Amino acid sequence: MNKKPKLTIAVSALNAIDSPGPGVAVIRALREAESFDVRIIGLAYESLEPGLYMHQLVDKTYQVPYPSSGIDTILERLDYIHAKEKLDVIIPNFDAELYPYIRLEAQLRERGIHMCLPTMAQFEERHKTNLPEFGEKYGLLVPKSKVLNDISEIYKLSSDFDFPLLVKGQYYDAYVAYNQDQVKTFFNRITAKWGLPIIIQEFVHGIEYNVTGLGDGTGRTISAVPMRKQYITDKGKAWGGISISDKRMLELTDKFISGTKWKGGFELELMKNKDNQFYVLEINPRIPAWIYLAVGVGHNIPEALVKLALGEKVEPMGDYAVGKMFIRYAWDMIVDMEEFQTISTSGEL
Amino acid sequence: MIKIKNNVAVSDSGFIFNPDTGESFTVNPIGVEIIKLLKEGKDVDTITAELQKTYATDTQTLEKDAEDFIGLLRNFSIAENE
Repeated sequence: MNKKPKLTIAVSALNAIDSPGPGVAVIRALREAESFDVRIIGLAYESLEPGLYMHQLVDKTYQVPYPSSGIDTILERLDYIHAKEKLDVIIPNFDAELYPYIRLEAQLRERGIHMCLPTMAQFEERHKTNLPEFGEKYGLLVPKSKVLNDISEIYKLSSDFDFPLLVKGQYYDAYVAYNQDQVKTFFNRITAKWGLPIIIQEFVHGIEYNVTGLGDGTGRTISAVPMRKQYITDKGKAWGGISISDKRMLELTDKFISGTKWKGGFELELMKNKDNQFYVLEINPRIPAWIYLAVGVGHNIPEALVKLALGEKVEPMGDYAVGKMFIRYAWDMIVDMEEFQTISTSGEL
Repeated sequence: MIKIKNNVAVSDSGFIFNPDTGESFTVNPIGVEIIKLLKEGKDVDTITAELQKTYATDTQTLEKDAEDFIGLLRNFSIAENE
């Protein structure tokens, strides 16, 4: 009998909060992988990320510098972690991390650390600020949008947009504004937190759908799992959802993957309007927080992503179970003060 | 001719799931009966006649109610014209 290899995999985004990072769900998927066993290294930014304290899922956690600290600082910390843990794979799960990790890909590979990420061109091209051009290039329906770099540009919006409209940050946050005053308020709120630019987007009325999937970088779809959000939080996050079989969503996903030759995990945020047309609202270049639904319907996307990262051949996963639901819940953990103290003072737990 | 979409699941308890859209609905026992008759390929006249055997109401009311219900099924993409 073949013994399964044991891989050491570092995973970020352990913030399993009301607007959760995908880390904990990714780790659950990796622990259920059929082709390998894992030692999980958590990469945390803050000492209160719940995943740090989930010792049944995370073997060891290291605090890491913020993406804005620059790639040299990040690499130095990863070198320290690698010297202790001998990492095989890193799965970065925050949008804002991807830029430094894509830049570090070659240097990390030299050290024996593998990742499965989109290229810098793919990452940049699908950016919210480039969505109209992206839609046109790949034949995808996208809402009208405009990038603002200065608050004075707000006053010129009324000629191009009807209210309500969406005010979005470059990486995070989105608000619906019903008048110019609200646009101004949200512009200031988002820039104070995330900086410029701001994206103004046409508000498409309809029903929200998401697709998560995996591309192997050659244009092949390894997995695509569409989901309808059933329970949406006040932050717009899916707290419950159900897998569905809409062929048009799968075709749209194939079109996205084959057109861009996408490599890595992703999430398409879609809106179906009253005329049954699917608009692509956003393309998130990483695994979404609801990824465990994909595992539940038979597609262990994180496992396949690790195999792609290691250069193994992965075949398309095919059918999945339709009509399976996920329902998220909150759970209070009791944590000893010593643990909080340890991560806060030493940056390790 | 109206028919229930092939992939729509309808349980005996009246729970309907459309796997294309992810929408689910519940219908009462008469709704289940109408859906069952539609699945058997019956037209509205036949469905009305079948229901009249069980329910004590006039043909006009039954026809109107059945038409309304089938219209809803069509609106929610559960049924379609063949």
